[in-house]
Amino acid sequence: MNILTLLVLIPVLTMIGVLFTKDYKGARLVSAIGMGVELIATVYLVLAYLAARKTGMMHEMLFTSDFMWYPSLNIHFSFGVDGIAVAMIGLTSIVIFAGIFASWELQFLTKEFFVSLILLVTAVYGFFISLDLFTMLLFYELALIPMYLLIGLWGTGPKEKSAMKLTLMLMAGSALIIVGILGLYYNSAPGGGPLTFNIIEISKINIPVAAQRFFFPFAFVGFGILGALFPFHTWSPDGHASAPTAVSMLHAGVLMKLGGYGCFRVAMFLMPQAAQEMAWIFIILTTISVVYGAFSAIWQTDLKFINAYSSVSHCGLVIFALLMMNETAMDGAILQMISHGLMTALFFALIGMIYGRTHTRDIREMGGLMKVIPFLAVVYMIAGFASLGLPGLSGFVAEMTVFVGSFQHQDMFHRVVTVIVCSSIVITAVYILKVVGIILLGPLKDQHHAHLEDAKWYEKLSTVTLVLAVAAIGIAPLWLSDTIVASLKPIVTRLATVIPF
Amino acid sequence: MRHELLLTVAALAILVAEIFTSEKNKSKIINFTLVLFALVTFIGFIPGETGNLFGGSFQSSQLTVFMKNILNLAVLIVFLQAEGWLRKPENADKISEYFVLTLSTLIGMNFMISAGDFLIFYIGLETATIPIAGLAAFDKYKSQSAEAGIKLILSSALSSGILLFGLSMIYGATGSIYFADIATKIQPNALIALGFVFFVSGMGFKISLVPFHFWTADVYEGAPINVTSYLSVVSKGAAAFIFTIVLFTVFKNIVEMWKPMIYTLAVITMTIGNLFAMRQNNIKRFLAFSSIAQAGFILLGILGAGELGMTAIVYFVLVYVFTNLGAFGVVAAIHNASGVETISGYNGLYKTNPKLGLLMTISLFSLAGIPPIAGFFGKFFLFTAAAGSGYYILVLIAVLNATISLYYYLLVIKAIFIEKNEHPIPEFRSSNAMRIALVLCIAGVFIIGFASGIFEYIRSISQLFLN
Repeated sequence: MNILTLLVLIPVLTMIGVLFTKDYKGARLVSAIGMGVELIATVYLVLAYLAARKTGMMHEMLFTSDFMWYPSLNIHFSFGVDGIAVAMIGLTSIVIFAGIFASWELQFLTKEFFVSLILLVTAVYGFFISLDLFTMLLFYELALIPMYLLIGLWGTGPKEKSAMKLTLMLMAGSALIIVGILGLYYNSAPGGGPLTFNIIEISKINIPVAAQRFFFPFAFVGFGILGALFPFHTWSPDGHASAPTAVSMLHAGVLMKLGGYGCFRVAMFLMPQAAQEMAWIFIILTTISVVYGAFSAIWQTDLKFINAYSSVSHCGLVIFALLMMNETAMDGAILQMISHGLMTALFFALIGMIYGRTHTRDIREMGGLMKVIPFLAVVYMIAGFASLGLPGLSGFVAEMTVFVGSFQHQDMFHRVVTVIVCSSIVITAVYILKVVGIILLGPLKDQHHAHLEDAKWYEKLSTVTLVLAVAAIGIAPLWLSDTIVASLKPIVTRLATVIPF
Repeated sequence: MRHELLLTVAALAILVAEIFTSEKNKSKIINFTLVLFALVTFIGFIPGETGNLFGGSFQSSQLTVFMKNILNLAVLIVFLQAEGWLRKPENADKISEYFVLTLSTLIGMNFMISAGDFLIFYIGLETATIPIAGLAAFDKYKSQSAEAGIKLILSSALSSGILLFGLSMIYGATGSIYFADIATKIQPNALIALGFVFFVSGMGFKISLVPFHFWTADVYEGAPINVTSYLSVVSKGAAAFIFTIVLFTVFKNIVEMWKPMIYTLAVITMTIGNLFAMRQNNIKRFLAFSSIAQAGFILLGILGAGELGMTAIVYFVLVYVFTNLGAFGVVAAIHNASGVETISGYNGLYKTNPKLGLLMTISLFSLAGIPPIAGFFGKFFLFTAAAGSGYYILVLIAVLNATISLYYYLLVIKAIFIEKNEHPIPEFRSSNAMRIALVLCIAGVFIIGFASGIFEYIRSISQLFLN
């Protein structure tokens, strides 16, 4: 059986398994086992992928399989992965594995919770392996919908409002994507012949420029909404703040990456000319995202809001780097996706664990937690350092690559925006260090916090998994970077062959 | 002709059975009818010959047979859902009336689908309309139900009159009532345009397009739920079929003239339907406005002229049958058990009746067009059809409307799952017939999308029909 089919099948079987469990202990156990197996399958996929590349398989996509689904519309179940997709799948597996353990103590409608969560993650896997725009859209929308119940039922604060806002904004994004996809479909055979939804086939032809100009904004903004593109990012702070821990982890860590991934895989890769022409508009928007997100984070007092705005800033950087359209910057974009995915998941996991103990997320009410819960505090610091780009952790590698890449442009515009975006590193340091200083160091503020228990085994497992991944990328970035760069080549070549404006 | 004959025989058989059952055993008619109609539905699926009858006045093709089968299936589900309601003591003396009236309207619709001239078309229309008014006023002791009946018969009469006036103009301009003749002789002139506007207005009443929709919400609310579901699914589905057939065959040579008209209707129908659906608290009114919005989506398929448009519409209606009947089934089951009809009354439903809550959620997601359930495919193919004719802006309006519709569907889902309630609807077990109906719906909703063969089959028979 194809390894990619297995990746989708395991979560589906896990879901069915969870349905047959009796109590919350059974449900979480089955979920943990299922996602553990999924993680192993992912490791196998990574190794198999690297081995295949080493033996000189030069196809753009590996492990492809193709089934005809709707013959008269030429819709296929078409699967395959390149280095970028493999990296994203790896990220997903790590985050969901950690997410299951982060929600180990959840006892309200546990079965439903895990089924929705795993349904969501199934859709994410489906999205990353899809080579057909139709199935891609299908999985994309499927990934958005469980979110409503996950936030609405198990969330905190103004959860119903946030859930509704998030769902509607993201579905509006997918509405734009539908228009974009249909436009691509009907322009996929300019010289006659059968129309197609297949990404690889469309990438081999040139969509007429007029059509590109019309449909590029639809596809790009559509995916951009999920990638928290300014000014469509407003769902993110509310949604992430209200969501339960595992959902925040998965949403900020993985789902927002669907947006960035779609932006370049669908919008930019298939419509390169329009991408070149309109990049400047979106570069300005993302520059605002990055700086505005970081500044907003400074003024927040709720831990989750701080992290949510920081996500807006970091995800803005992803799209910013993609729009630079050279190899180094795009490599940095993918690294940033993975790095941000891991560390934001780590942050949200920690915030959930701290909230579970202190019952507050307001930084003004906490202080001196380092003495009480040293394990969580230290991990929080590591996450913070990764976020502000300390060398040796993943954030540094990603941001460095992005800035080097974007500074390679010779013209004034690109260099100025790069300098502006660079300033976000300093702002990030401000809010990260501020939070660490207030809640972890200093004297104990609330005497009720004096006897908090430190991390339990499942919490340690959850956070250590993520810390290891963050550190691994920081210390040995090249193996990941090489995998990505090899697969980026065709995309960058295609983007470079059209005449820049 | 087989469908029409079978239905007539079935309707007569029920009347005869009524005579031979004693007062005490009236409810046995229900079982008799269910079995009989299941048989009729099954026979309808057996492949048979197609062709024309009565000098082209009655035309049958694989596509029309398939449409009639969809309607039969829908009516079967409606009957299964009505079982519990008909067994109530207040309905004991009018069981067979419900079945016979429903079947007569179905016969009328079948004749309309197969019509080859405007005479048969009109007779079918009247046969399909008048008994429904009786059905809407079925709860004769409820003033709302009686009001629904009156409203329906008055607006139907008006719309029939308008339609007939339009037809007379078309006859005046072309000199024929035969579809085939009209199609060749028709010219885009002022008289035809006027006649066409009247025709569309008349049909607009049946499909409840905005601005001809005013009767819909009141009638849906007043009529008994099992009649409402019939009106909303079968009646509307049939009207959509007929409207499409007539536009694609009779008026195909003046496409350029009617496209802007349908475009405008599509936009206002979707938007107004959605905006009004948001404000409803009565679940029947809510579904009424949501069905108006859905009718707007059907018009997208008409604009995507050609076989893809035809296919998308038939496919969408097929999906809509299972989806909407799933939702109505849950509403009917809850109404039978507890009398609750408001959305706020559904608060906390998942705690007490998780299966019904889940079913409702899936049906509503399907109505909103969420993958991987059938509604997504139905909507996507309609969009594909419209985009194929170059109506990208219309598709954009439609997908944004689909997003808006998700808002109010989520409101119901929120009530079911999230809202707290001191006194939620108590746990209950619905009748076996209802369970079968709901299982059929849910199976349909899950299978139709993945089984691409259904879509391909519809496409092949649409191709045959249009060439």
